[in-house]
Amino acid sequence: MSGGKRDFRIIGKPRRRVDGRAKVIGQTRFADDLIFPRMLHCKLLRSRYPHALLREVDVSRALSAPGVHLILTGKDFPITYGILPVSQDEEPLCREKVRMVGDPIAAVVAATEEEALAALDLIDVEYEVLHTISDAFEALKVTEPRIHQYGDEGNVHKKVAMEFGDVDASMAAADHVFEDLFFYEGNTHLPIEQHAAVALLDPDGKLCLYSSTQTPHYVHRALARTLEMPPHKIRVVATPNGGGFGGKSDPFNHEIVVAKAAMITGRPVKICLTREEVFYCHRGRHPVTMRMKTGVKNDGSIVAMDLETLLDGGAFGSYGVASTFYTGALQTVTYHIPRYRFRGCRTFTNKPACGPKRGHGTPQPRFGQEVQLDKIAVALGKDPADLRLQQIVPAHSITANWMRIETIGLRECIEKVVEGSGWREKWQKLPYGRGIGLACSSYLCGAGLPIYWNDLPHSGVQLKLDRSGLVTLFCGATEIGQGSDDVLAGIAAEILGIEPDAIKLITGDTDLTPVDLGSYSSRVTLMAGNAAIEAAERARAIVANAVGGKLGIPLGRIVFAGSRVFDAEDPDRGVTFQDAVILAETASGTIGTTGSYRPPVSPAKYKGGGVGPSPSYSYSAAIVEVEVDPSTGWLSVDRVWIGHDIGQVLNPVLARGQVEGGVYMGLGEALMEEQAMRRLPPRLSHALVHKFPSMLEYKSPTTLEMPEIITYFIEEPEPNGPFGAKEVGQGPLLPIMPAVANAVFDAVGVRIDEVPITPEKILKALREKELGRSPRVGPTQFPTITWPEASKVPPPWEGGDGRATNEKPRKSKVVASGIRLAPESPGMNIEETIKK
Amino acid sequence: MMRAGLFRYQAPRNAHDAVSALADGGPGAMLLAGGTDLVPNMKRRQQMPELLISLRHVRELRGIRHDAELLIGACTTLSELVRDSRVRDEYPALFRAAAQVATPLIRNTATVGGNLLLDTRCNYYNQNYDWRQAIDFCKKAPGPAAVAVPDVINAEDGVCWVAPSSSRCWAVSSSDTAPALIALGARVTLLSRAGEREIPLEALYHDDGMRYLTRRPDEMLTSIRVPASGRSSTYWKLRRRGAFDFPVVGVAASIRLSPTGAVEEARVVLGAVASRPILLTETEMLMGKALSDEVIEDFAEQASRYAKPLDNTDFHMTWRKAVCKTYLSGVLRELRGDDPSTLGLLGRQACRQLAPTW
Repeated sequence: MSGGKRDFRIIGKPRRRVDGRAKVIGQTRFADDLIFPRMLHCKLLRSRYPHALLREVDVSRALSAPGVHLILTGKDFPITYGILPVSQDEEPLCREKVRMVGDPIAAVVAATEEEALAALDLIDVEYEVLHTISDAFEALKVTEPRIHQYGDEGNVHKKVAMEFGDVDASMAAADHVFEDLFFYEGNTHLPIEQHAAVALLDPDGKLCLYSSTQTPHYVHRALARTLEMPPHKIRVVATPNGGGFGGKSDPFNHEIVVAKAAMITGRPVKICLTREEVFYCHRGRHPVTMRMKTGVKNDGSIVAMDLETLLDGGAFGSYGVASTFYTGALQTVTYHIPRYRFRGCRTFTNKPACGPKRGHGTPQPRFGQEVQLDKIAVALGKDPADLRLQQIVPAHSITANWMRIETIGLRECIEKVVEGSGWREKWQKLPYGRGIGLACSSYLCGAGLPIYWNDLPHSGVQLKLDRSGLVTLFCGATEIGQGSDDVLAGIAAEILGIEPDAIKLITGDTDLTPVDLGSYSSRVTLMAGNAAIEAAERARAIVANAVGGKLGIPLGRIVFAGSRVFDAEDPDRGVTFQDAVILAETASGTIGTTGSYRPPVSPAKYKGGGVGPSPSYSYSAAIVEVEVDPSTGWLSVDRVWIGHDIGQVLNPVLARGQVEGGVYMGLGEALMEEQAMRRLPPRLSHALVHKFPSMLEYKSPTTLEMPEIITYFIEEPEPNGPFGAKEVGQGPLLPIMPAVANAVFDAVGVRIDEVPITPEKILKALREKELGRSPRVGPTQFPTITWPEASKVPPPWEGGDGRATNEKPRKSKVVASGIRLAPESPGMNIEETIKK
Repeated sequence: MMRAGLFRYQAPRNAHDAVSALADGGPGAMLLAGGTDLVPNMKRRQQMPELLISLRHVRELRGIRHDAELLIGACTTLSELVRDSRVRDEYPALFRAAAQVATPLIRNTATVGGNLLLDTRCNYYNQNYDWRQAIDFCKKAPGPAAVAVPDVINAEDGVCWVAPSSSRCWAVSSSDTAPALIALGARVTLLSRAGEREIPLEALYHDDGMRYLTRRPDEMLTSIRVPASGRSSTYWKLRRRGAFDFPVVGVAASIRLSPTGAVEEARVVLGAVASRPILLTETEMLMGKALSDEVIEDFAEQASRYAKPLDNTDFHMTWRKAVCKTYLSGVLRELRGDDPSTLGLLGRQACRQLAPTW
């Protein structure tokens, strides 16, 4: 669905983003900026225990407190919810049990925030404290009490296993087998804007929720489910997000609570979370322990990979089943891996739930893979860049795990950063204490399947053109700061030959806009972009017909450019865009068009094959240069070179911003960020609390820590992308963490096989080295996990058809909302997997 | 958002009225200068004063005077201090300490007096009310009944989670300017209705995370007096990031060398590794000696024994202790005149040029 031509007027040219002015001058209205007459304020009473039964919740004293209008408890919310159909394990307010410190128990709705806060102290809660399960290892050992009554067993939420070809045979035949353990600490999104929501009854009696959400459509569904209302009586408006990064892509308890409160009180009800509550919402990076085994030939070519991952999921399912699959889905899309086995296990623990953070489930195994490749290169005496270049996945191919690759610019990414950084002169040649490291990565351009299984479009765009010359574009896509509004405006403007500011955007409003699934999985540019192209091309056809008919210009010669519609062979023969629309409205009546997008069907037909497919994959390569102080382990990142295969840049200003933002966030994860929990001594306390839920002590880099970043865009148009574009929102984060680890090794010869890579760990590894021990800091064991039988799927080159040889074919089925599931849909497969 | 509780507010016009209000207000009264420490603490219910006495209109507490000595009003903002060219040139330790407090925006509001009286900090204490409730509170703020003012808390209550068997609180002195001013030999004046007293700054502090000040509850810090310089001085601050963060190790030093390079006077202070700044007596061993590598290393080895960092700030405690020694020797090397480029990556960062404003 590419635009086809490369001669663009808007696309690829640096532009001010369409929402930039309002953001710079403070005019953008975020959710907490919304104030309505007679608005009430809501505060949540949260659990002080990590794991406990609720014996009694007595609100009688609080009800008579000054200013209090309403108090809700778990009894008011009989229905659970959750982002994945298979993990409907969250309660708007806890009914019988709390599963983490911060779990909401009651909601006070009062005239002021202060009164609501004061009334919280008057709610009496009687807890029966249960054993605290504090990490994944403990969750594997402690089967009772169970945090949830569902899941594979005990406190194991989900185990998955799949094998593509006979991995053991390949390992046995390999010249070398490398086995490493890695640990990736959890970290959180840290958006500047805390989550906020306001619910009210619209004049037509509908429930309306304004919320800082990345996924208004899924919030819409969660409200309909939990409040038992028909969806058409609910409107969800996504306010511009002050940063999302995946942290606002679940439906949240506070959204459902204020919605219910507005319906009961008949008044607008607002909640704005404190920073600490945002840490409770979390849904960030899973802490993952990994065992990664890779067999290679003497020349470094990979013959097989065997990966096991153990995820610490926190207290709820969230996206966790998908996250688990993602820790194994994208290993194969960068370097050719002929045979591959992946086994993953997600556990429940009494901590804030993990979920999708920028890179969703893939940065952890990518860290392991890229660090291990560096070790392989050093062991075999090969340049790490060459080791990668020699085995890049071919374009337009299918991987061992049946992911379909279209264009791949990884080679050019590597070549650019190698050249730009002076890699060949620096690697293993810098003085002791200075080092340089390389790593690569790949990411989806939109998940190939929706969260709930259906054959509907993933994104829709409507256009309205009228005699004013204004084009109004309606799309459910949500502006979270990533620039989706600008992408839509740029695309429509390119096709209609007008300036982006001649387009009015109505986005992220379930009443007004066609469904877009949301701003997650780097899907908006590709999917909403393609929908916008279709809608705009249809509008152009209507206008072109009218202008061609009136001026007698053959359709093939009509050009839309410079806000005019004219004859390519006689540019003076034409009309302004506004006059063209007037001609079209005269000729064919009110002008409205639609466009929609559905990803291609994936060849992966096995259980779990629904996670990983994408219309396209972006690629990145990064080189990081560091200095390490050998006497203290202090680490400074001096420069970052990054190449990103973006297909086609839509707006270079925004694309560069996304790359730099990704590098920034990656450096935070590499160097300091930790969603770490503090367990008090168990003999004295049950407590398990977030170590430092504040922006002061949850360390995230400042501008002063940011090195210079040199960005290269690789532009080879992707046939599935709008004008050839791929994603840039998540991919550039991924290579940063392993590149830092590899650079530290180059600088001082120690391996830090976990993140964050802190001075303490570097110094510890240096001391180990001095003592003649293994110069490494990282996990020392991977627990014994009883894995289920793997789905055995022959890779394409071993005669497979994308199905597992040991699975039964599945039947079609209809879900409650009447959405049909195609029998061949890979989504069907994953749902079955998850349901088991 | 977080909301502070209700309180009464007074804004006296002079120091005398301020201390009268403080005395009359009793244990529920607190002085408010820049408020950058106190106001967030109030929102977290670490302190819930019943009366706030604002010093905003007390002009006599503000200003910098260079006479025979340097005189600084307690309510002088850190930005004002940092912008003073003579402070910058003649008292580098103070300049470097003040210039590295928090962020430019906070320094525009925060005062030097407030930084000297800064509440001690601890990862178990600098949390909001709900968090502290989830660990059943701690010794420094033991529960809902005693969330008033530190002076009225009973030390017998609560557990110190940093060292659960300990009878004391281990919260950390986290002031940057305190070690610097102690190294410079500063004295501070405390005013109460009963009159004034002047004490050496080091005598303002107790080695106790809860009762960390010797200031009486009815006393107000009014001014800081620093003897004329004539010594070289510096301050090294260790923190994760180049802004925002409190120190996790701070080393301040001022020395005077004879023309032959022998140490004639030396004051070296460790900050952020105990509940008070530690003025090191080990400087005795430097007297009369030239600052050779051996002398410096020997001193750093001996002096770093006083650093007893615990697991209640950023960074691992054993690493902080190791860096403490690096810092002690680095500070003396800098003052000896070593080229910063020879001081290692961390040393280079610690003694890099600082912008007077931002």
